[in-house]
Parts: sequence; structure tokens; C-alpha cells
Amino acid sequence: MNHRSIKARHQERPRHRARQSPELLRRLLRAKDSIDKASHEAWPVRRLARVSGVSEAHFARSFKDAFGIPPHRYLLTRRIERATALLRETSLSITDVAFQAGWDSLGTFGRTFRDVTGESPGAFRLREKAAMQERQDQMPVCFLKASNRPDLTIAVLEKRRRASKDNNAG
Amino acid sequence: MSQGVQVVGVYVRDHDEALAFYVDKLGFKVHTDVRNGDYRWLTVQHPEQPLFQLGLFVPGPPVLDAATAEDISAIVAKGAMPPLVLAVDDCRAAYEKLRAGGVEFTQEPIERFGNIDAGFRDPSGNGWKMIQTGTQS
Repeated sequence: MNHRSIKARHQERPRHRARQSPELLRRLLRAKDSIDKASHEAWPVRRLARVSGVSEAHFARSFKDAFGIPPHRYLLTRRIERATALLRETSLSITDVAFQAGWDSLGTFGRTFRDVTGESPGAFRLREKAAMQERQDQMPVCFLKASNRPDLTIAVLEKRRRASKDNNAG
Repeated sequence: MSQGVQVVGVYVRDHDEALAFYVDKLGFKVHTDVRNGDYRWLTVQHPEQPLFQLGLFVPGPPVLDAATAEDISAIVAKGAMPPLVLAVDDCRAAYEKLRAGGVEFTQEPIERFGNIDAGFRDPSGNGWKMIQTGTQS
């Protein structure tokens, strides 16, 4: 086991959440909204910290205390959500989907997408395009899309590690 | 019509701030604004929807104890209250107008399947979607 997966596991340990003032939470929400608004852009901690008026040193912890997920992983869920929407609703090439969703490498996109959703972008597109048509008249599309967001309760590295462990076991 | 939903409330952090937002920025009208001691019953209405009131309520005593009010304030501030939807005839025009008026938008107008939607928040953190339906005509 390498260093990074040890760190990822450590992050998942339940922790008592600090009480945060509504004023702080409202400002942290602004950082979360910024990710939502432009998830394809780069969101280094410094930029997010500036949006919410929190020091760089405290930002990631404050964000996780508020929303239950580290900011970089929240960004990843939004990018995957965006990628799934583009795959489902457009005929853009997989390369274009990767770039428009915020990845700068097709390889990283394909690998991460598979780790999170369990299937390749191409397989996902084929399966979802057929199913989407039936749902969209019954729910406002913007909420339907949010409900398609991956529920990433563990780090991607950890998810990858567990998947390979399961494969080895089976 | 004499039966139906009459008032639905949202929690806000400050009555006057919420009133300024919903009335001055969104163009709602005050329906009721009455006080009983520290308690304030404040509702606003969309100008085209006379049978429905949106209540603006600050969580706190005497209705809620201080600790519960604090929890609710945190939930509102982190944007975790349920979705609110405002129907509009022209989403892009409404977006330009409201944004110029200082409304905090979380999403620019996007067209999806013939509808156009945009997202904004009230000062407290309540999230609204503004939806224009059926633009394929």
C-alpha cells in the first residue's frame, strides 16, 4: 500500500464536526457555488479560499466540516456529473467531453470515470442515451441532473483499491 | 378557488434583508407584515400569483429554542434547504435584469430540452431555480 491510499483512508475516519457560524457557512457556500458554476475550471485551494474569505490553511478542513466532503472531491463529483451529462445529451467525442468537463488528459479522464461510475465513458454513453428519454418529462431537468451526481463518500484512490481487492478475492 | 396551498415558508437569517431581497430585487409584494412582541409574521407574494404567499421566517424563540434555531440557521447558510422554483416567461431577460440588480447567481441560463433554467440564491442561502418552460415554438 502506498502513501496516498493510507492518507485517503485516514481522511474517512469519522470526526466530530466543529460548530461553524452561519456567516462562515454562507461564505463557504459561495466557494461551493463557484465550483458548481464552473466545474471545468481549475480550482486550487487558494482560489476557493479567496472566494469564501477563509485562510488557505483552514479552507479544506472548513469546507469538509460544512459539506461533508473535501473540496477537491466535490469538484470531481461535479466534473463527473458534467461528463455524464455531455455523454448522455451530446454527440461530442469522448476527448471533447474530457476537456469540456475539466480534464487535461483523456487517459486520466477514462480511468477516473471508470473508477467512479464502474464503466467506461463509451459504455456509459450507449446505455444512458436510451434510458434518458423516458425520464425527462417527469422531473425538471436541472434536478434530474443533480440526482445523477455520483455519491463519492470515499476517495477515488480508496475506491480503486477496494475494487482491485474485490477482484482479487473473487 | 377556496382550497389549496396558501403559505409556504422559507427560513431567512434576517427579516429586513429578506424583505429587501424579495421585494426590491425580485419584485414580490408584501402580503402581510405583522408583529406580536418579538414574533414577526411576514409573507410576500409574486405579483401574478394572488392566492399564494411565500413566508419569510427567521428561526428562533418563541417558536424554536435557541439550539434548534442555530442548527436551522447553519442548514440554511450551507444551502441545504429544499429546492425552490420560480417560473418565468423569459429566463435570459430575467437573468440580466436580476443580475444587474445585484442578485447572486449560481448558474447562468442554460437551455436543456427546450427549457431554460438559471440558478440564484437569496442572501440567506436559499437556492432558487428560475425556469422558462417550452421555448421550442
